[in-house]
Amino acid sequence: MYTQGLDQAGKNEPGNKDQETAEQLAAFQARIDAEEKIEAKDWMPEAYRRTLVRQISQHAHSEIIGMQPEGNWLTRAPSLKRKAILLAKVQDEAGHGLYLYSAAETLGVSRDRMVADLLSGKAKYSSIFNYPTLSWADIGAIGWLVDGAAIMNQIPLCRCSYGPYARAMVRVCKEESFHQRQGFEIMLTLCRGTEEQKAMAQDALNRFWWPSLMMFGPNDSNSTHSAQSMAWKIKRFSNDELRQKFVDITVRQADFLGLRVPDDNLAFNDETGHYEFSEIDWQEFFDVVAGNGPCNSQRMAKRRKAHEDGAWVREAARAYADKRAAQAAA
Amino acid sequence: MSEQLWPLYEVFIRTRGGLSHRHAGSVHAADDQMALDHARDTYTRRNEGVSLWVVRSDRIVASDPAETASFFEPAEDKIYRHPTFYDIPDGVENL
Repeated sequence: MYTQGLDQAGKNEPGNKDQETAEQLAAFQARIDAEEKIEAKDWMPEAYRRTLVRQISQHAHSEIIGMQPEGNWLTRAPSLKRKAILLAKVQDEAGHGLYLYSAAETLGVSRDRMVADLLSGKAKYSSIFNYPTLSWADIGAIGWLVDGAAIMNQIPLCRCSYGPYARAMVRVCKEESFHQRQGFEIMLTLCRGTEEQKAMAQDALNRFWWPSLMMFGPNDSNSTHSAQSMAWKIKRFSNDELRQKFVDITVRQADFLGLRVPDDNLAFNDETGHYEFSEIDWQEFFDVVAGNGPCNSQRMAKRRKAHEDGAWVREAARAYADKRAAQAAA
Repeated sequence: MSEQLWPLYEVFIRTRGGLSHRHAGSVHAADDQMALDHARDTYTRRNEGVSLWVVRSDRIVASDPAETASFFEPAEDKIYRHPTFYDIPDGVENL
């Protein structure tokens, strides 16, 4: 998920482009066209490497920040079973972040550097995590919609041209399927409950529907990186294609739940076989990306505090390792 | 506050008895034991393994991708190492 192409800042950075010959670039593109995987130490254009570092680290940051909206309900889950499941899911998000940092590190960027860029606000993460989780039903909506949108985005990434990223995504995708199902099950339980519970589910859908559609990023006509990423086979489908696919399958699931998708213009087009839907409120999207969403500052403050609070643990582990090493040497 | 980074370890998992260990990814850890613990928590949350190896990434010696062609060249022209190189007449069995 979470590869909205938010961080456009790097696109004009100078690279080692001068040293890249036309032959090298053509040979590289030929490998891509032949569906060969590019591995960590292989020659690659500087812009390819930079695009991947940006995308993979942004993806990793999203997983890490993504623990917060759900973590908000860990102590208030309605049963021990729900709590255990939610805890496992939040742990998975941490794991996904770590797989992805590991993949990004193979491109020669240090973990420290990436974490520092997140904490300083230089690096971006997915807009979706800047929305609050106001009720338990939001946990259902996140699993169903947010993880559903993530899966839609991530399945094609399993075939990404960069080997370490593709392999990390295979692992992530296997685990996301549990996330989406547990979310749908929470929604289903609420929808089969009292009127009040069903209203909670509807309210969660109302608030998370549009932000979920925004997860696919800007329209194709406004997506700066898309064409090059498609040529490099980092990306396999366009933002709008994936968004359409997501709407088509999710509307039917909402019907099953007996919930109404909050879009008056939603209509099935018999000719195209797709649902038509309203234009997204792009101003809201750009506001959230720019840092002015409902929870941006809260998410960042909490992340920084967690990092600072963990400093003594990192120091202590290091001191202990040094002491043990000294003892072993003596 | 300047922190020293924990070193990077590569993680290898044996998914079940009878199979060899396979590379899964990497973790940062202060020491070997912590690397094993982190590898377990990061890569085997769903019983993906019965055995783990961790090794400091800077201790791995690897061939150079830029030299792949010349490095593996000695095997290129020795097709007689493959059984398909040999023509066996029809009628000869169990060979």
